[in-house]
Amino acid sequence: MDESPHKPGLIAKQLTITTLFSGFFQAGILGFGGVLPVARRIIVDQRQWMTAEGFNDLFSLCQFLPGANIVNFAFAFGARNRGLAGAAAAIAGLLTAPLVIVLCISSLYHRFGAIHVVQHGLGGLAAAACGLVMGTAMKIAAPIFRGRRQMVVAGLAFGLVILAHFSLPLTMLLVLPLSIALAWRQ
Amino acid sequence: MTAKLLILAAMFGKLSLLAVGGVNSTVPEIAQQVVWVHHWTTAAQFSQLFALAQSAPGPNMLIVALIGAHVAGIAGGVVASLAMILPAGILVMAVSRLWDRFREQRWRRIVQAAILPITAGLVLAAGFVLVRAADTTVLFAIITIAATGLTFGTKLHPLWLLGAGAALGLVFA
Repeated sequence: MDESPHKPGLIAKQLTITTLFSGFFQAGILGFGGVLPVARRIIVDQRQWMTAEGFNDLFSLCQFLPGANIVNFAFAFGARNRGLAGAAAAIAGLLTAPLVIVLCISSLYHRFGAIHVVQHGLGGLAAAACGLVMGTAMKIAAPIFRGRRQMVVAGLAFGLVILAHFSLPLTMLLVLPLSIALAWRQ
Repeated sequence: MTAKLLILAAMFGKLSLLAVGGVNSTVPEIAQQVVWVHHWTTAAQFSQLFALAQSAPGPNMLIVALIGAHVAGIAGGVVASLAMILPAGILVMAVSRLWDRFREQRWRRIVQAAILPITAGLVLAAGFVLVRAADTTVLFAIITIAATGLTFGTKLHPLWLLGAGAALGLVFA
């Protein structure tokens, strides 16, 4: 497989706007409970747009920067291939189907959400979704909670938001410099 | 209507660049704004919209689309989504050209090491906010504890947990 010399990990292949759209459309509509594994399968294994290393590298940038990781990935991957039009195509592909589905869910929720029996199902669904977030938070926290620095920073972020009711911008303004200073000293 | 769209755009546009490690770290702030500042939903409704967004295919920023649609229909869903993804998306496109130059630098690793525990604290806060909103009965609390343990300890697909939670709610509540 030829690799483009200028774009590490990007397999030399001219991707059109239409293929970018269709690849990310597939990832979006199949991405139940997280798009990442599906996107990796499509981009690396099926369509071979990128090597596994290239995928991991670009994805690590998307995790490093703020925002939804896979949405960031669509922006960056689309732009690397076809500039702004490529980014727009990848994003449109990724989000069109999920947005249509979610908007349908929204109108169903408006119409039937208040019905007694539906409320029971939704209550159980919401309880399970809490568990997904809690379990994910514990997965993020488990490997980093060996150091005192990490525990202090995580506890502070949690406390400022939950106990002190600080807004997220204010919390970040206080915690991020402190966390960077602590990380710098290590 | 236009006023609501502007509020949505401003609110999610501001949160876009604060979503460290993903959208879930902004959930406490979204809940605060939606439930307590603007009174667009009750706490229970917010937790249900969040759960519906998790059940749909696609990235987990869909909670933003659902909130937008709940407040201002289809236009609201689209505006809220664009506001949430555009600032971060523009940043990632700009930085992606320079990534090769600073990926291995020391300061980059330090910033990453600094962000990780903040993400952990904020996602824990998101879980806490959702639990407080959703777990109004003993049954719901048990569902949450079970789903937490299974998410943490196994590789079970999230759809099984969401489906089981909804089924248990229907049967026993």
